[in-house]
Amino acid sequence: MITEKDVEHIGMLADIAILRGELEEFTASFNRILEYFDILDQVTGEEKDGGAAVNVLREDEVVPSLSPQDVLSNAKETEDGFFRAPRVM
Amino acid sequence: MNVIVGLEIHCQLDTKTKLFCGCSTDYRTDGPNTHVCPVCLGLPGSLPVLNRKAVEYALRVAKALHCTVPEESVFSRKNYFYPDLNKGFQITQYDKPLAVSGYLDIEGDEGEKRVRITRVHMEEDPGRLVHKGGADRPRYSLVDYNRAGIPLIEIVTEPDLRSPREARRFLNKLRATLEYLGVFDSEKEGSLRVDANISIEGSERVEIKNITSYKGVEKALTFEVTRQKNALRRGQKIVRETRHFVEARGVTTSARSKEMEQDYRYFPEPDLCPLRVADWVDGIVLPELPDARRQRFMDQYGLSLIHARTLTGDLRLAEFYEKVAGTDPALAATWVADTLLGELNYRDMSISSVPPDVFSGLLSLVRARVITDRNGVDVLRVLLDELKEKGTCESPEACAERLGLRALPADSAGGDDPVTKAAREALAENPRAVEDYRNGRKEALNFLVGQVMRKTRGCAKPADVNRVLASLLGEGA
Amino acid sequence: MAEGMLTFSPDDRYNAFLRTVSPARYGEGRLRGIPVAIKDNISTAGIETTCGSRILSGYVPPYDATVVSLLKKEGAAIVGKTNMDEFGMGSTTENSAFGPTKNPRDETRVPGGSSGGSAAAVAAGLVPLALGTDTGGSIRCPAAFCGIVGLKPTYGRVSRYGLVAYANSLEQIGPMAADVAHANLLMSVIAGHDPKDSTSLDAPYSHTPSMEIRGTRIGIPEEFFGEGVDPRVASVVWDAISLLERKGAEIITCRMPSMAYALAAYYVTCMSEASSNLARYDGVRYGPPADVRKPWHEAFQERRREGFGLEVRRRIMIGTFALSSGYYGKYYAKAQAARRNVREDFGRLFAEVDVIAGPTMPTVAFRFGEKSDPLAMYLSDILTVPANLAGVPAISVPCGKVEGLPVGLQIMGRWMEDERVIDVAYAYEQGANP
Repeated sequence: MITEKDVEHIGMLADIAILRGELEEFTASFNRILEYFDILDQVTGEEKDGGAAVNVLREDEVVPSLSPQDVLSNAKETEDGFFRAPRVM
Repeated sequence: MNVIVGLEIHCQLDTKTKLFCGCSTDYRTDGPNTHVCPVCLGLPGSLPVLNRKAVEYALRVAKALHCTVPEESVFSRKNYFYPDLNKGFQITQYDKPLAVSGYLDIEGDEGEKRVRITRVHMEEDPGRLVHKGGADRPRYSLVDYNRAGIPLIEIVTEPDLRSPREARRFLNKLRATLEYLGVFDSEKEGSLRVDANISIEGSERVEIKNITSYKGVEKALTFEVTRQKNALRRGQKIVRETRHFVEARGVTTSARSKEMEQDYRYFPEPDLCPLRVADWVDGIVLPELPDARRQRFMDQYGLSLIHARTLTGDLRLAEFYEKVAGTDPALAATWVADTLLGELNYRDMSISSVPPDVFSGLLSLVRARVITDRNGVDVLRVLLDELKEKGTCESPEACAERLGLRALPADSAGGDDPVTKAAREALAENPRAVEDYRNGRKEALNFLVGQVMRKTRGCAKPADVNRVLASLLGEGA
Repeated sequence: MAEGMLTFSPDDRYNAFLRTVSPARYGEGRLRGIPVAIKDNISTAGIETTCGSRILSGYVPPYDATVVSLLKKEGAAIVGKTNMDEFGMGSTTENSAFGPTKNPRDETRVPGGSSGGSAAAVAAGLVPLALGTDTGGSIRCPAAFCGIVGLKPTYGRVSRYGLVAYANSLEQIGPMAADVAHANLLMSVIAGHDPKDSTSLDAPYSHTPSMEIRGTRIGIPEEFFGEGVDPRVASVVWDAISLLERKGAEIITCRMPSMAYALAAYYVTCMSEASSNLARYDGVRYGPPADVRKPWHEAFQERRREGFGLEVRRRIMIGTFALSSGYYGKYYAKAQAARRNVREDFGRLFAEVDVIAGPTMPTVAFRFGEKSDPLAMYLSDILTVPANLAGVPAISVPCGKVEGLPVGLQIMGRWMEDERVIDVAYAYEQGANP
């Protein structure tokens, strides 16, 4: 059983705020969905994936970068060529 | 109280392009966000493609560190949030690293020592944050993604180091090894970062994060050893925690406990294929590494162990030495290891700022006794100051000439050479010393030699001064 | 004249398009001047690309997805971006932040999803060709519900470069069209190796559909007609299979035991990958900005709560949980083991049959609001997710109606046998509409 406290913790890990009014619905649907996932308990065998390709590599050759305008064109907060972001300290 | 240290070292690999895209890694002199593309900016829909050269470089390191390369290695996503992160995760290697179980031999506190390497893996560098604002203004961050995606290798050691000094020596040896391999440039700012785990035997382990200089590692660990020992002496317990090293103050401070609760939710990166490169290792031909070169310097140039170790401890230094060793390797070794290094260090300069031909020229002057040893040092200082200021310098010969530091002749038949003249003056001006000398106080000669050196501004060769003084004093007897 | 401009002013009463481009530039090539609609999770340089999400509103990619470059190279006119469930998370297109798309066959019903806009645009005759993307049925489901053809190619056959990731290991871009021949044409343009996509296969697609299927062995897994499948849908699909048998195919019933947990494996995988893929939407580099006056953690949490819809937040959080310390083994690792079993089931079956057929969807198109419970919505994907888990090609081709609503016949093929899947679909289509 996932509790509301668990859901709040998950929200923190996922960096998604949860409104008070949403918590109950999230908790209930999480439990229904996770209960459905319990069917995986009966699966045996290795996790190992049988992907075919290995060593997909490119050569160390410089490709032109984006123009400065293109880099910043989608950011609303910029300053002197930098992106502006919330404080970390 | 035994100290136990293990290191996690992140080094930028010196490839032309980033780990997963073709953006140039040569960003340091350019403006922010000028070396980015959809991939390293983390634009929606972009996909990583692995740089072959980065894999080759990492394998060179693995081989030089005597690691085992497992049949298959896999990239994983390390999920966490931070504004310097372009995708909300870092592509790294987790449970299937490129290489495991190696070692590096170092000069330990008690002689030669083998430090075990747990693993070597590849990952991408995050972007760079600049902190803005302050007490009176709102604070925020500025982000530059030029660094995002630069290839890193992370080298993790076993907790085999027993002192801050050993940790520094390990780092120096590792740095030299990586540079000899041609995969790393220690002169590039921020090209190396270290996390250190340190504990006092029997106590909890503390992690010191993000030390960004070689000297910083020893400083941070020394501070931490003292802090932990003091705490234990006072009967306190060491808390298992993460601490940050504050370089400016030389202290470590506790990071918020929140960072301890990280849950990185690693899983295999679905956009990249596994690596199967174990069989590449046999094909790698390693260049001469520091230990081999040290032995060769002793054999080929007849150097002492100490000189050989110093001169091979840094690739550029070793290459510089070989360029200037010339006809007198012993003289060159003394001058490079004992004089030049100290002068560079004092000026915070690197060996690569000294043109070898200039230094060779200086050595020739000294060797031919055109200038004295002492004035040789003076010329060197002037040349280094010029190099530091302008990046170029005059020739050693011109410098000695300009400063009047050429060695003076002392062998004229008539006694009118500058050294004999200066010696006569010195004797005339210091009758007491002359008398003392004649009364058997031989140390008075040293005083007189000093006076002559002063009068000749160091341009007299010490042997000449001794000979001339002895001769003049003998005459008067 | 090498280049031209196409005026595109459709009567988009179904809300199939999020935005249209008019006039649209076109060039010389196999698709010269043909209007093509692009699902809004495929990057188009200079054209806003939102994935049906508020968190990307205003985002204009500075680059084209590889498939878009390929379309332009063949002269196609990119005429618009189509509506979709936010980031592909849904089977109805109701989860778009910009309003649902209506099913042109019945406006009271959903067009299916998540490529509902592309399917509706084709079904309504607004464009002859559209690109969709299929993570667990997102091309085939709306193709079935809207009565058109949709192909999910073999994983790797079409480049994903520029496709905004939802679940990287499962999804493919694919063609949607009114008939098999057009889907085949579009596939031949978009398939091929792309060095920008490490999972891309070096397998160009150049194929002329053939209706000759004599001797083709068609496997019919019991599970595709089991509980939850509307008997009327099952009956229409059986009729279609009988037609194929009359055309000379051999029908072999079989079993696919991994179907028991395929859906759970699918949802664990896609939610886990999504939780990581969607971490980049923090409002720093694109999209509505994070509040830079707040501490970063708070600012990001707030931005992401506001920017993502309910279902997206739900899937990100469950995916986060499934990967978290202590649960990885129970969920993600098990899902990958299950996935292997699915692949092995296919491998075993494909040793005896050439293709596998069944219904695309268990029912006809839902009414709006009918699948308000998330789990009920997930369960409707049960028949389409196996092909994604195994990476094999699968097509949905219209095969009749139930109460006037289209039913899709799904044909799944061996890895890299997209051509055969096209042929069987073509044989059915030509046989049913002589």
